[in-house]
Amino acid sequence: MTKTVTDVICPFCGTLCDDLEVVVSDDNKQLLEVYNACAIGAEKFLHSQAKDRITRPRMRQEDGSWKEISYDEAIEYTAKMLADAKKPLMYGWSSTNCEAQSVGSEIGEAVGAVMDNTATVCHGTSLIAVQDIGIPSCTLGEVKNRADRILFWGCNPAHAHPRHMSRYSIFPRGFFTGKGHASRKVIVVDPRPTDTASIADVHLQIEQGRDYELLDALRVAFKGEKLPDVVAGIPKAKIYEVAETLKSGRFAIIFFGMGVTQSIGKNHNIDAAIAVTRDLNEYTKAAIMPMRGHYNVTGSGQVWGWLFGFPYAVDLSRGFARYNPGETTSNDLLRRDEVDAVFVLGSDPGAHFPFSSVKKIYDLPSVAIDPHETPTTEVCKVHVPVAFVGVEIGGCAYRMDNVPIETRKVVDAPEGMMTDEEFLTHVLARVKELKGV
Amino acid sequence: MAEFLIKNGFVFDPVLGIKGDKADIAIKDGKIVETTALSSPKIIDASGKTVMAGGVDVHAHVAGPKVNIGRNFRPEDKLFTYKPGHGIERMQGGFSVPTTLRTGYNYARMGYTTVMEAAMPPLYARHTHEEMRDTPILDQGAYPVFGNNWFVLEYLKNHEIENTAAYIAWLLRATKGYAVKVVNPGGTEAWGWGLNCDNVHDPVPYFDITPAQIVKGLIEANEYLGLPHSMHVHANNLGNPGNYTTTLDTFKLSEGIKPNSKFGRDQVMHHTHVQFHSYGGDSWANVESRAKDIMAYVNSHDNLTIDMGQVTLDETTTMTADGPFEHHLTELNHLKWANADVELETGSGVVPYVYSPNIKVCAIQWCIGLELALLAKDPMRVFMTTDHPNAGPFIRYPRIMKWLMSEEARKQQFDAFKHKDKVIEATNLAGIDRELDLYEIAQMTRAGPAKSLGLSHMYGGLAPGLEGDVAVFDFNPNEPYAPDAIETAFSNAECLFKAGVQVIDDHEIVSNGNKRTLWVNTKVNENPQVMRDVKEKFLRYYTVTLNNYEVSGHYLPNPYVIEVDATQ
Repeated sequence: MTKTVTDVICPFCGTLCDDLEVVVSDDNKQLLEVYNACAIGAEKFLHSQAKDRITRPRMRQEDGSWKEISYDEAIEYTAKMLADAKKPLMYGWSSTNCEAQSVGSEIGEAVGAVMDNTATVCHGTSLIAVQDIGIPSCTLGEVKNRADRILFWGCNPAHAHPRHMSRYSIFPRGFFTGKGHASRKVIVVDPRPTDTASIADVHLQIEQGRDYELLDALRVAFKGEKLPDVVAGIPKAKIYEVAETLKSGRFAIIFFGMGVTQSIGKNHNIDAAIAVTRDLNEYTKAAIMPMRGHYNVTGSGQVWGWLFGFPYAVDLSRGFARYNPGETTSNDLLRRDEVDAVFVLGSDPGAHFPFSSVKKIYDLPSVAIDPHETPTTEVCKVHVPVAFVGVEIGGCAYRMDNVPIETRKVVDAPEGMMTDEEFLTHVLARVKELKGV
Repeated sequence: MAEFLIKNGFVFDPVLGIKGDKADIAIKDGKIVETTALSSPKIIDASGKTVMAGGVDVHAHVAGPKVNIGRNFRPEDKLFTYKPGHGIERMQGGFSVPTTLRTGYNYARMGYTTVMEAAMPPLYARHTHEEMRDTPILDQGAYPVFGNNWFVLEYLKNHEIENTAAYIAWLLRATKGYAVKVVNPGGTEAWGWGLNCDNVHDPVPYFDITPAQIVKGLIEANEYLGLPHSMHVHANNLGNPGNYTTTLDTFKLSEGIKPNSKFGRDQVMHHTHVQFHSYGGDSWANVESRAKDIMAYVNSHDNLTIDMGQVTLDETTTMTADGPFEHHLTELNHLKWANADVELETGSGVVPYVYSPNIKVCAIQWCIGLELALLAKDPMRVFMTTDHPNAGPFIRYPRIMKWLMSEEARKQQFDAFKHKDKVIEATNLAGIDRELDLYEIAQMTRAGPAKSLGLSHMYGGLAPGLEGDVAVFDFNPNEPYAPDAIETAFSNAECLFKAGVQVIDDHEIVSNGNKRTLWVNTKVNENPQVMRDVKEKFLRYYTVTLNNYEVSGHYLPNPYVIEVDATQ
């Protein structure tokens, strides 16, 4: 017999859908079916059932092969590596729960680590912009219930956040938006003709790397001032038209992604986008929101916020927290040889960092904590597989609008596997012994 | 558990009525006991020192989403303020929005043991509880906000008190909340469209209910349930010249309503940070103090308590669920602005602010806050706060004590104002020579707020049976002292006991205590209509499901549940 678990939270992207239904076997050992999830989310649940899943820690041998080790040995290696290092990098923290992030932070404090999360190659620039200019934002339910002007800038939710449009932004019928899609105007700014752009009322096919110019042009257009004939590849008439569309709405929302945060201009693009939103509040109501990627990257910024006061790139190596993106960010540290050990949890820098950084990880003492085999586990000295957060263990995660939701356990992890939090708790205890604190 | 005997201190305790006489205070099993109940206590020699109960803060923004926005978007707030870990203390930083660890340690250093988080957006309750869990030492509770909640607006439009009460009971349980908080009633919902409600009769767009109906209805629902604390309001029109009339209009909504609570409070309305609500004039050019009018009303109406919201003349971070106000403020000072509207429930904004002694308006605000306290006839109903961090960081409480206790200190501050004469002209403070004593301070910071919160059976005094929360300060009230000595001594408690655990010994933090989270569990008669409405709203308008909304137990590792039975 089987049973169905409802209201399951999807631990994949920052959309953090919480309406999944998962069918599991009566003994909680097998996960059989996933309903309501997008293709990526469903795959994440089903992947936990892979027959070839690694269930015990392993250590790389001199000949390059893996040798299975016990969790105790993995704890000892990790604790010793961190305690012996002068300045270890503890990176990732975006695909795990806040409980693990909290224990990890205490380890970082005890060993003087640099704590960094995936924002460092993603929305870190947005976080810097927010420190410059602030951020008028809202929860996704405000968008659903009120927004009639939806602007996607440099993001493609049709592929990256597949249920975003149906749950929150384009299609849902909310309290003041009873006609759903028909009550909204959708604008997409993207150099590519994406699937999201294909359902937009207006697609501004901007020249690549000209986001700052176009954002600035919108601010000019709001004020009815003069524009050059073409800005960023867009004719001025179109810009005036879009400006008017935004101003005439009752509630405008801008969603933005990596297309603006990591293209030329970086945080300055976001400064300008937030300034556009501020300006719009002179005429109507407007908000802006980063499309956060990992399901709990937002949470790691929150946990470090209340423990240390900074959302990412937190250097604890001097005994107090310092924050200086460009200096205390992972890639800068790796490429300048400023860290002497690497600990990765809940992320895959092997797949997403520049090759020059990945080579440094390969050369250093390194541990990867990850339920999957990834490019990162391939370059690390020790791989510690753990239970899937949100599938085999619950815990808190923060949605892209900072709303915290408690993820659920739906199925048992394979016999004898540790969770992130359990593993870290053991490492912390051992680190404290080694450090004599 | 350990036993302690705090001997020969000068005790100030409004509960026992001790006004600085020498007395011994005994602690056993976490509680205050008669000295005869001890067998072999550790002796604390407090001769020549001041002994009080642990402080109780009725209103501070110390945990939750907007506080964390403040931390994360102000790296500059950490500049020059970071302290490495030391002994059992972990690393800590931040000035106006300190990290949770520093919040706990710094309150303890001032002899405070109970702090209420003043505004919890229900959808973000988990976040608030996570931060409170990571705030050491202090007993805490959080007030969910109700004044712009769609359920409340819909029920109170038709004056459905019983339904409102049932919803309040449900939400307090779901969010593990402590009291009914109201922030800019109706105005924050209007801010969903970029609008506001400027006075108590300004109707809320679409919902077609006035702020007056919301406030009065929530007072009635609060008394229907008999909750420990009264309805706790931040009125409309905060921070605007001439707003004292709106404040008086709001006060008047409590008239004729009697408290119905078994928890010993006498008020039905607590109005918070009244300094921000006591302005006369009609522009920033002629803004003036109306503290006299405000206090004339407060002094003559027993069913009302207030707190100060004292401006401390620092650079700080303002944060409030009053979304439209923060937008107004960023237009005024052009500093960065964060806003966070919350579906169906509330909103909030965060803007840094510099209260400069060189700016006339800031100096006038400073005067108004002190006037409220110095014009108070009953210090049991007027509490010391800074609306942390809105008017200034809580670490300035000892400085406010200095200003309240010393006319000389106030004179020194007047002399430091750039526009001293204009400030004196626009305010009453220069003509007030009252100096509060430590007994009155203990009323304003301990016994008063504890009573207002419905927690006088636990906190605020040194009577046997109360929690073993006791602070010893290196301050001899019977010897001559310079005003600054007050600030020094009360910033740095010599000893602190929290629920019978010694947290500070010889000015050093030696324990993280046994932190508890207080929440109110109210039993009400089954109300199928409200439960149907809840299901419907979650199905159609919320973006989380009903089953994922309630805060589960593990967010409160050490809960203290106050049970209320409203089924009768």
